[in-house]
Amino acid sequence: MDGKIIVDVKGVSKTYEGGVEALQDVHLAVPPGRLTTFLGPSGCGKTTLLKIIAGLIEPTAGDVLVKGRRISGPGPERAFVFQDFALLPWANVLRNVAFGLELRGMPVPERHAVARTYIAEVGLAGFEESYPSQLSGGMRQRVGLARALAVDADILLMDEPFSSVDEQTRRKFQEDLLALLGHQRKTVIFVTHSIEEAVYLSDRIVLLSRRPGKVSRVIESNIDRSGSPDDIRRDRNYLDAVDEIWRTLKAYLP
Amino acid sequence: MTIFGWRIPLAASLAVWFLAWEAVGQAKLSMIVPPVSAVVVAGMELMPTQKFLSAAWITLTAFGTGLGLAIVVGIALGVLMARVPRVGDILGLWVNIFVSAPISALVPMLMAIVGIGQATVVVTVFLFAVFVIILDTEVGVRQASPSLLEMARSFGASRRQLYAKVLILAALPEILAGVRLGVIRGVKGVVIGQLLISIIGIGEMFELYSRNFLMEEFWALVILVFLFAFAVSESVAWLERRIEYYAGAR
Repeated sequence: MDGKIIVDVKGVSKTYEGGVEALQDVHLAVPPGRLTTFLGPSGCGKTTLLKIIAGLIEPTAGDVLVKGRRISGPGPERAFVFQDFALLPWANVLRNVAFGLELRGMPVPERHAVARTYIAEVGLAGFEESYPSQLSGGMRQRVGLARALAVDADILLMDEPFSSVDEQTRRKFQEDLLALLGHQRKTVIFVTHSIEEAVYLSDRIVLLSRRPGKVSRVIESNIDRSGSPDDIRRDRNYLDAVDEIWRTLKAYLP
Repeated sequence: MTIFGWRIPLAASLAVWFLAWEAVGQAKLSMIVPPVSAVVVAGMELMPTQKFLSAAWITLTAFGTGLGLAIVVGIALGVLMARVPRVGDILGLWVNIFVSAPISALVPMLMAIVGIGQATVVVTVFLFAVFVIILDTEVGVRQASPSLLEMARSFGASRRQLYAKVLILAALPEILAGVRLGVIRGVKGVVIGQLLISIIGIGEMFELYSRNFLMEEFWALVILVFLFAFAVSESVAWLERRIEYYAGAR
């Protein structure tokens, strides 16, 4: 196993039934402990690629290696955060966050204790007994994040987690996510169609071309992340990266 | 309900009808409409009799057995039809035909196959109730959010967990709506089955009273059956309301 690579995508192609070619011969190596974003126009297959890495979709060709082992389905070292939150509407926050542990057969007192920790971690302490319908979109996605954190996977796969959340909530959430990941030591793969979000969150941005999706460029930005969130958004390198990505992506637009 | 600015409780409407009934009965306009007071008296006298109790017991047993079978088979088939495309293709058309078909027309044939007796009534109740339960369960399972299933899969759910912890619960509002309709149809089934066979249970008593023009007893029995149907349907509706918070959340 190569210590520098945690997820290795080797020649992955995906053609859906009906002949839609979503991905074509994608090669990609994801380093551990960092936040990598997949960025591209809608319909470029970035979500498909993420779900293939999650083991939720079977690739038509190619392999995905996680920690050096070829995957054939979902695994406990990967946890997924869904675009539409995917919370159980009949279960309260506590049970939703503990759901991954419940499926693994962890006894109730232990899994609730773990869940409470992560509920507090994402800033939802006090909402343990609330139902998803009683929460705002942003709060629901915090529940989704806590659920993914609770299973203690090394790799967090996030599929446009903030796309159905309003702008202000999204900014706050992005800041909180960075702070959270600062002390969680996780590998995160983050799918987004927002250039600003990609550049703000990650120092490694994978640009995907239009369908059939291919890796067109990998951009490593050198943004100084020691300052406040607002400093980052005014950083010279941040603005340059946004500009550069926009110029690249513009070529793919019809 | 408000009339001329006065708030009238809904039960008042029943009282008005019973008064009208009483008036028509006392006026002796028709021999098939006895006064409601006489009907109530007949009902009170009827209920503790051995004849009524054993008829009620036979009827309840047939209803319970037929409905229980319909619920088990209906939910199982509904889930199967939603999850296994081939089963859905094969059974879908039949279920849709039978859900709207007048099942009563089949009862004489059932008598020829199953015999004239309790078993026929059980099968009648089953046939009356099962198709709507199948159909509603299928719809509920089909409507279960694909992303919930994907979520469960991503966290390593086994097939059994997928059904027990996600699919069935996601489909619960539709399943319960189907069961409530099944209960209502089942009451019709048990009465129609017994009326057509006419030698057992409440059906036999209906037959006896109407043939001998014992109208007070006849109407008392009708009211009792109505009350029973209303009570079971309301208790399922109560169950539905208890999980309502959840239907709004989808």
